[in-house]
Amino acid sequence: MIHSTKKLALTGGYAAALALKQIEPDVMPVYPITPQTPIIETYAKFCADGEAETEMIEVESEHSAMSAAVGASAAGARTVTATSSQGLALMNEILYIASGMRLPILMLVSARALSAPLNIHGDHSDVMGARDAGWIQIFCENSQEVYDKTIIGMKLAEKVKLPVMVIMDGFNTSHSVENLEVLDDKTVKKFVGEYRPEKHLLDIENPVTYGALALQNVYFEFKIDQEEAMGKAADEYEKITGEYEKISGRKYGLFEKYKTKEAEKILVIAGSAAGTAKDAVDELRKKGEKVGLLKIELFRPFPYKEISAALKNAKEIIVMDRSLSSGSKPAIYSEVLCSMYNVSSIKTSSIVYGLGGRDVFKKQIEQILEGKFNGNYLT
Amino acid sequence: MNKELTKHFAQGHSSCAGCGFPAAVRTILGEAKTPIVVANATGCLEVTSTIYPYSAWKVPYIHSAFENAAATISGVERAYKALYRKGKIKGRIKFIVFGGDGGTYDIGLQSLSGALERGHDFVYVCYDNGGYMNTGNQRSSATPYGAATETTPAGKESFGKMETRKNLMEIVNAHRVAYAAQANVAYLQDLKKKAKKALETEGPSFLNVFSPCQNNWKFPTSQYVNVAKLATETNFWPLYEISAIGGSAYGGENGKYKITHEPSQPKPIAEFLKTQGRFKHLFNEKNNPVIDRIQKMVNEEFARIVSLTGE
Repeated sequence: MIHSTKKLALTGGYAAALALKQIEPDVMPVYPITPQTPIIETYAKFCADGEAETEMIEVESEHSAMSAAVGASAAGARTVTATSSQGLALMNEILYIASGMRLPILMLVSARALSAPLNIHGDHSDVMGARDAGWIQIFCENSQEVYDKTIIGMKLAEKVKLPVMVIMDGFNTSHSVENLEVLDDKTVKKFVGEYRPEKHLLDIENPVTYGALALQNVYFEFKIDQEEAMGKAADEYEKITGEYEKISGRKYGLFEKYKTKEAEKILVIAGSAAGTAKDAVDELRKKGEKVGLLKIELFRPFPYKEISAALKNAKEIIVMDRSLSSGSKPAIYSEVLCSMYNVSSIKTSSIVYGLGGRDVFKKQIEQILEGKFNGNYLT
Repeated sequence: MNKELTKHFAQGHSSCAGCGFPAAVRTILGEAKTPIVVANATGCLEVTSTIYPYSAWKVPYIHSAFENAAATISGVERAYKALYRKGKIKGRIKFIVFGGDGGTYDIGLQSLSGALERGHDFVYVCYDNGGYMNTGNQRSSATPYGAATETTPAGKESFGKMETRKNLMEIVNAHRVAYAAQANVAYLQDLKKKAKKALETEGPSFLNVFSPCQNNWKFPTSQYVNVAKLATETNFWPLYEISAIGGSAYGGENGKYKITHEPSQPKPIAEFLKTQGRFKHLFNEKNNPVIDRIQKMVNEEFARIVSLTGE
């Protein structure tokens, strides 16, 4: 049954804070960085006004934010945080500890370029740098998705005992006001449920040791177990998005297929530019061009089999990445190539766009789909 | 082994014979009147007590990384506050961090400072063995002037570490924590009293515990108590406590320093230095001035502390 919803106009940052408030986290360690600040400032105001009861910890660095999140989550608290760019890079060491300890921390990332040179604007360099850290990664196109996937992400993390990153594009989504529908508090509370960890540090009667030293005889097995959990996370994600559709009427999946039926050319893209790309696809479809779009949603774990099935009938696949993998192929392109390895007759190409907040326009995407753009960098 | 003694930290861990920290850990945890949760920085204590599938810890314990023990306990402590308020956890719990000098004076200084400033309810214990002993004896900012380590070896052009130790007690005191004390594993009664005060303090408190490393200081395993005793008998490691201005009055008047054990006749610093291989090179004739300098530094620092006691 679809529950009563409210229509609002919010930035992605505010939408994230609102979803977090409805999730009712116990602890939220935070350190400010642009363009993540609207999330934590909005949340701090909720706390100041008595609308949220979360223990916010204003730590002295992102490294400590993630460290405190690890401590809080290991202590059995529902734990969330948010960051961007250099902050995510600084957290890197502890990202692996969070996932290795199987802690269900939820982190909003307002994705932004990495220094040097310094740039505070949106791209996916930060989150792609963390793609092998054992975190589930979910991309959002707009404020609505940020709101929905924050709720979905929390439930998923606690179900599969893995940390989850919900990713919005810095500024494009975090600071842009868009219309969205939100659920009422009760519905969200019931959907996410109460967090009841099996083991935690505050269970004095049953003391546990977190973060043991695992040597050559057991380390490997720990990592295999973790990888198996990651493998199963995609199924859980689909189950949870299915349940969410029932209460919200909004459907999410491993990825979104947009006009891919009988499409000869399919563009693959993640994040806010997918919205622009949909307009470009619409324009070209009007002209009779057989083009479509595949929007990445779940990036970790990557749904290779399903992506391959969704793309296998295309004659050409164009992947647009908003990050570079220096000395290698861009991240999404690499994964798509890997998916299509056994369907090798399809022409594939890679284009990097939007680094450091560079705008991408509908007309440019149309040119790409019409084969009028030659090059690897859409500058 | 004595059951009371191993109530929190079991026997069977793999620290070296003659290591200082097991006695310090047991003594401090033994003073807890409430349940406790421990966070530990990466280091000797952590690697020798948690080799999977074994753990020497009979209390809840978390090790995350090297530089973040104070940040980690910040999260644990706030989780406790949140869950206590919601009625999910009952009763008082106290939080304790153990970190070596590398994890405290150096790489963990920022997270320690942040946690002290935020006022979390925890005791931070630094077991100071004057260097990175777990990685094989490299210098830290706690390594004494003149000590030879693997990264500050003595040689034709070097008398070992050429910089003086960082004064961590003063850095901690600058945060105006309610209680900070310097203790020594060779003086367990004194350590007990200080642990009790630290645990009774509401908000952050700090203990800096002298903890010999027989392996890298190079002395016989049977001698750790004697070596540690000499550190205090020579005034190299004074036993004192500080109650901060605006802090609680444990251990003395606000803002005052109190020496808890003063040797009646301090021994010359050479008595301490000659017990350890790391200072052996100082007894070559050309390095005699270095010993004189160390003696001067020890005298000045002790006089400074005495002057702050108001006596």
